[in-house]
Amino acid sequence: MADNLKVKFNHMEFKNPIVAASGTFGFGEEYNQIYEVETLGGICSKGLTLNPKEGNSGIRLWETPMGILNSIGMENPGVKMFIKNEFPKMKKWNTRLIVNVGGATEEDYLTIVEELNDIDLDMIELNISCPNVKEGCMAFGIDEKSASNIVKQIKKVCHHPLVVKLTPNAENIVKVATSCEAAGADGISLINTVKAMAIDIEKRKTVFDNVYAGLSGPAIKPIALRMVHEVSKSVTIPVIGMGGIMNWKDALEFIMAGAHLVQIGTANFVNPEAGKDIVLGIQRYMEKEGIKSLDEIRGII
Amino acid sequence: MALIRRNERVGEDIFLLELEGKFQGRPGQFFMIKVNDHYPLLPRPISIHEITEDSIKFLFKASGEGTNILSRKCQGDTIHLRGPYGNGFPPVKGKIALVGGGIGAAPLYETGKRLLQQPEITTVDLFLGFTNKRVLGDKWEKVSSSFFYDIGGAVTNLVPVSNYDVIFTCGPDIMMKKMTAKGKENGVSVYVSIESRMACGIGACLACTCHTKNGNKKVCKEGPVFLGEEIYGG
Repeated sequence: MADNLKVKFNHMEFKNPIVAASGTFGFGEEYNQIYEVETLGGICSKGLTLNPKEGNSGIRLWETPMGILNSIGMENPGVKMFIKNEFPKMKKWNTRLIVNVGGATEEDYLTIVEELNDIDLDMIELNISCPNVKEGCMAFGIDEKSASNIVKQIKKVCHHPLVVKLTPNAENIVKVATSCEAAGADGISLINTVKAMAIDIEKRKTVFDNVYAGLSGPAIKPIALRMVHEVSKSVTIPVIGMGGIMNWKDALEFIMAGAHLVQIGTANFVNPEAGKDIVLGIQRYMEKEGIKSLDEIRGII
Repeated sequence: MALIRRNERVGEDIFLLELEGKFQGRPGQFFMIKVNDHYPLLPRPISIHEITEDSIKFLFKASGEGTNILSRKCQGDTIHLRGPYGNGFPPVKGKIALVGGGIGAAPLYETGKRLLQQPEITTVDLFLGFTNKRVLGDKWEKVSSSFFYDIGGAVTNLVPVSNYDVIFTCGPDIMMKKMTAKGKENGVSVYVSIESRMACGIGACLACTCHTKNGNKKVCKEGPVFLGEEIYGG
């Protein structure tokens, strides 16, 4: 792979800026049967909680014009089973491993992070932005005080670099981002899904048992791009941009808006080789334009 | 990318789609079919109806936006699909009944065809229930020892359950539940093929998770075929 795709995220080098987004890529194993996932700059794991989680009941997926609503509800094997069964498989790949962590309480978050201290992962993505669980999670990311508080507490115990994943449902996402930086975050990733809903008019009920769900896909891209732009201009730590990136052109928009890395989510469902295609697309664009490093175009807008 | 050889209406809202090419797949497995380049975003999981030497056929119901778009695709159009995915029906022996309701009949064609070729299978009886009209006429006789059908009633009532070693069923939830209960009363194993909304189709997104007696299972990867008792209890 071309050297000019390399990106520095603080002191950590990524071979390229493309990372699979949490919740859309499992732990990588399934997609590795379709293409070599180590082609990617990194993989972000399915969101983990302290204990195994069954996820939400009822319909979990609903398609909308150029978007999808999901209500998975953080179904996952729990952090202990992840460390035992999934992480050793992920570790075989020559790519950066980011572990996404969610929780209902501050204590949950602290315990998971401590459990993860002893394994050789590259980065923790702190999920304070999932709209699909009833307790905690997104509640920590809505205002800057609660976000700053949890980041501060976690930084005291966490041995790994900590990226905080923000919600577009925050009262003021720029304030949340700057308060996370002040609390010691090593990076910011955004945006998680947009809290949304759907109604079945025949049943006269909400489509989802959990009432609200998370909207992703091209429908939210312009909003995500604007937020990545605003946040990138307001913090000095690096930013991971995501939200409806479907192809290499979208990915470059996020980089020009200021993102160091980008995550690919919904696109994996539309085209399971999307991650690989985007890496190639960016490489060709750079060759054509004579760009030697993404630093030349990052944040130029 | 595959070329559409034909896509014709064979029932009120039922279509038979044939794509050119050499395809692999077992009965009960499915393909993820992208009905359009852009919108809708997600492919649709559709089970294999028949595999021939140079084509694959899907029998589908135009029931939502995606399948309605698919129903309007014409001969000569091309379409993206990937698969086969899922476990498919398990290997069996002896006397087999295939019981389908509505569009649930779709996977039972290739299933019957393959079972009839196996020497350890002595009987493959096919029972189909339709709402208004029989779909695909007598074609079903080619893939069964005997073919029975019912219009507008409960097809499960036609099945002499105790005559069989194993029953495969696909159709409305209520029908598969009833078939599972009848199987249990008679000590006959019933396998059900269930449907779910899917995003990835390969076991990563957890959108299709179903709650079973043995915990959460992924319909796309650990299914779509399960022992009826696992899904409906009993």
